[in-house]
This record gives sequence, structure tokens and C-alpha cells, in this order.
Amino acid sequence: MNRFSYIQLAFLVLGSLVLLFILAPLTGMFLNTTAGQVFETAKEQEVRKSIWLTIYTSLAGTLVFSLAAIPLAYLLARKQFPMKKLVTGIIDLPVVIPHSAAGIALLGFVSRESVLGKMGSAVGLNFVGHPAGIAIAMAFVSIPYLINASRDGFAGVPERLEKAALTLGASPFRVFFTISLPLAWRNILSGLILMFARGMSEFGAVIVVAYHPMITPVLIYERFGAFGLKYARPVSVLFILISLALFIVLRWVAKEKNSEIVK
Amino acid sequence: MLELKNISKGFVDFCLRDVSFVVERGDYFILLGESGAGKSMVLESVAGLVKVDSGEILLNGRDITKEIIQKRKIGMVFQDHAIFPHLSVEENIAYSLHGTKFTREEKREKVKAIANELGIGELLARKPATLSGGELQRVALGRTLIQQPAILLLDEPLSSLDTRLKSDLRRLLRAIHRKGQTILHVTHDYEEAISLGTKIAVIHQGTIVQSGSPLEVFNHPKSEFVAHFTGAKNFFPAKLVTDNQGKFACIHESIQVRIVTDLPDGDGFILIRGEDILLSVLPAETSATNNFTGKVTEIVLNTFGVDVTIDAGIELHVLITRESLEKLGLETGKTCWVHFKASAGRFIGK
Repeated sequence: MNRFSYIQLAFLVLGSLVLLFILAPLTGMFLNTTAGQVFETAKEQEVRKSIWLTIYTSLAGTLVFSLAAIPLAYLLARKQFPMKKLVTGIIDLPVVIPHSAAGIALLGFVSRESVLGKMGSAVGLNFVGHPAGIAIAMAFVSIPYLINASRDGFAGVPERLEKAALTLGASPFRVFFTISLPLAWRNILSGLILMFARGMSEFGAVIVVAYHPMITPVLIYERFGAFGLKYARPVSVLFILISLALFIVLRWVAKEKNSEIVK
Repeated sequence: MLELKNISKGFVDFCLRDVSFVVERGDYFILLGESGAGKSMVLESVAGLVKVDSGEILLNGRDITKEIIQKRKIGMVFQDHAIFPHLSVEENIAYSLHGTKFTREEKREKVKAIANELGIGELLARKPATLSGGELQRVALGRTLIQQPAILLLDEPLSSLDTRLKSDLRRLLRAIHRKGQTILHVTHDYEEAISLGTKIAVIHQGTIVQSGSPLEVFNHPKSEFVAHFTGAKNFFPAKLVTDNQGKFACIHESIQVRIVTDLPDGDGFILIRGEDILLSVLPAETSATNNFTGKVTEIVLNTFGVDVTIDAGIELHVLITRESLEKLGLETGKTCWVHFKASAGRFIGK
């Protein structure tokens, strides 16, 4: 057997502590909730509506904003331009600012008095307290994940392949859709899943923009505030289980699809 | 016809200076140079992948210096093939047919025809990751040739292949050229240049230092660099023949050079490096199988030593040191003997 160094042993112990730190609270919550309680909660109309709302607002936000985020990621991966570092910094901004502050900023941006708000009002849409407002808040805090993952994906596509496609007479448009995008797809898909997941778990920015209709993180908070820890647990457990199931399936589908591309 | 007029391009640590040459329709033009000499840069300028600082590039009389890549009608095969990894062989080859007037069936037929010609007809459904280097090279050729380019650019197409595949691919490239395809081929390997080129240009530090037919360039190098780089002043068209003692290269009736090779009989070139030839002023018994006698016609001093030219029915260049020159007391008109081993001769098939 290889000699086991002390430093490896120390790292193993520290690493286990971190894992325990993540797993212990979650396990505690699961152990304190019975399957019956979760089942009862799942039957509640209010809970089901909120879970559905959370999923589709996050999905909508992810898909709509990806239309602009993916091209931006391509530019960042391929082009050099002045103040590129600044732009990269701006993109990471939503990750570092407090999300309640982000919510306040967004509220000003989408309220009836703002340009966007007026545009919305013109077509009868009020972002505040509306699923569209929730989707915007979710996208705001989660879009860096998609941009960064996609940028890494595009950067990993050899530029020579794009140039080869150009010498074969393809337009830059066709090169993007037939070469760059499919080859970066693994990273982009992973970015989409990450953005969707991050959007679903958002609380701070959403609660400022839209307390109602209630997404599940807000519902959990409200039940905790109104009825206490015991009542907040079953819905928390239920939401975690659904999120986990969703991401395991998404990851699995993504993996299947990608291994096909590589073959 | 492709014409480059005074192409210049500056980089931080490298530049192309006044590169000019003409590739006539039907030429197999070889651009020969060491790595870092600027060969690939020239190809990329022609293809439009890099923008030149000054100069003109004309293709069949049309100025394409500022033309965008996809409108140049130039086919380029990249050194690492640049095959699209997510597409099948068939989709790779058919890539440039998108948006053409051909029907789906016609496209399939065209792809099939070219794949069969290149010997990859069986691979159409495969993904690139499952192919060997030689197969990828053929896919890259097929993908480029299917668009019938005005000129085919090849960037070191043989460098990544082993010896056996190299000769297969050389044969294939020759066949493509015979069909009338104009080719501009970049390489650092003078054997490739001899074996394939109808014209050669030698590039050194971003400048064309000599161009002409292979015989002109190899037999009459204009500069020491070319002489040293091509490394083979003794370079003759010859026929490889087998007899009961082995193989020999027949340069003409009376001049036959014994060589060691496993190439099949046929036409080609023989190379004998000047450093490998021994010189004596008296007939000598040596172990060398090739022995000739002749008169010294020229003695030239250069940085590598002394280049002695001997007329022995063929003009042989022998490279010796200054000490040897003095010891042997060589002078123009003196009779002497040359000896070299069968292994000193190198045959390059055509």
C-alpha cells in the first residue's frame, strides 16, 4: 500500500467536515419531516400553484434571456475590444451584489413610472406583482451563469474550424449555427440548466418585485413567518425534492445528448 | 492563375516582406521553407484568413486582396485537417454544397463520387473521431475539392502521416493534379518538393529567396541558404532498376548508382549529399560500391567548407574541409576519384 501522508489525511478530515456541513442541516430537515406531511403539503392547491409558477417563470426567463446572452458570450469568447475586462466585470455584478438590493434596483426599472413599465402598461402588462416581473428578477440574478458557461464553451471551439467553414463558402451566420453553436452546446446547455436552477432558488430579488403571485421560496418564507419552523419544513422538503429530481433528469438528458454528438 | 504581388505583413516578432510569385493554371507549386519562415502565413493570406498590410493578390485576374473569405473560391486543407467533429464524413464533405442549386439526390451522388475517388467511400456514415490521420486527410481533401476551387491550398499535408501513408497520399495528390487541379502546397520537406512540385519557391525569413523548376532550384541554388537548406546539390532525374545484385539508379546509360531502397522500380530522382562523397587523387580500394573518376571543374569556398565540382559524366558536388583541400592539392583540371556507399544515395519516387 502507498504510504499515506499526513497532509492527505488532514485534507480528508477537512473535506469530510465540509461535506457534513452541507449535508447535516438538510438531513436534519428531512428527518424532522414525515412522508405523510410532505404528501399532505403536495395536495395543497397553494403549494402546487407556487411550485408550477416557480418552474415556468424561471424557465421562461432562462429561455428569453438566452437569446441575447448566447450571442454576447460568443462575442466575449471571440473578439477583443476596448474595456472588455469592464464588460466581463459588469456581467459578474449580479452575483456579487445583495439580491434584495438587486430587487430594489429592478423594481425601479420595471415599475409603472419607468420606461419599461410604461411600455408594458401600453400592452396591458404590469411587471410588478406579475409572473413577467418574477421572470425578469430571476434572470437578472442568474444570467451570469449562462453567459460564463457559454463563453467557455465558445472559447473551446477551435477558431480554425470556423475559418475552415468560411473557406468552404459558408456565411458567418451559417458558421455560427452549424459549427460554433453545436460544438459549444455542451457548455451552453450546462449554463442553461445552471441559470434555470439558480432562477428557481431565487428569493431576495423576487420578493421585492413580486410578493404575489407567490413563488415557492417566498411561500416557504411566508409560512415560516406566519406559522413557524414546523410548517415551513414540509414545503421546503417538497421543493428540494422536486428541484433535485428536475436537475437529475436534465443533467441526464444533457449527458445522453452530448455523448451522441461526440460519437 | 494566382498572382501575389509584393505581399507584406508585419507581426510582433515576424514579418512577410515583398512576397511575390505566380502560380500558373495547372501548376503544382511548392512553397518550401523551414518552420517559422512564413509559409503558412502566405497560405492564410491567400485564403483570406489573415489580412495583408500591403500588396495585391490576384486570382484569375480578379483582385481578391480585400475579398471576404467565403467569396474567394479558394480551397484550403489545413495542417490538422480541421474536420468538423460533430458531423459525419458525408456531412463534412457536403458542407460546401449547402445553398447550391443541386437537389438532395445530386448532392449525395456528388459526395459519393468524390469519396470513392479518394478511397473513403466506405466511411461516409462514420464520425471523424473514429478515423485515422490518413482518412481524415482524405476527408479534408474531399470536402475542399467538392467545391471545385480555382486553386487548392495545402498546408503541410504529409507532415502528420507515417512513411507508408505518405507515399499513398503523394500518389493521390499527383492524381488530383493530373486532372488539372492547380495546387499551392506548403512544406518544409525538400523530398516532398522534388517528388510533387512542377515549380518550387524557397521562402526564408518572410522573403522568397529563389523560385523555379525543381531542377533549377536544387542544382543551381542562388544562395548559401538555399544550398544548405535543400541540402542536396547532387540531384538527378533517374530510373530505379533492379538486377541480380540489388537496386541501382540509372541516371543515363553509362552512369549507374547502386543504392539501398525498398521502393518499387520506376522513374524518380536520385539525391547524393555532397558530405557523403569521398574524394581521392589516386585510385583507392574502398568499401564504397559507387566509384567514379572525373576532372575538377570548380572549387568554391563557403562557410561550411569547400564545394568541389567534379565532371564525372554527371556533375558531382563534393563537400570537403579546407584541410583536405590543401592535403590533396586539388586544383581545377586535376583528375580525381569519387567514392560513396550505396546507402549514401537516396531515391525519391515519382
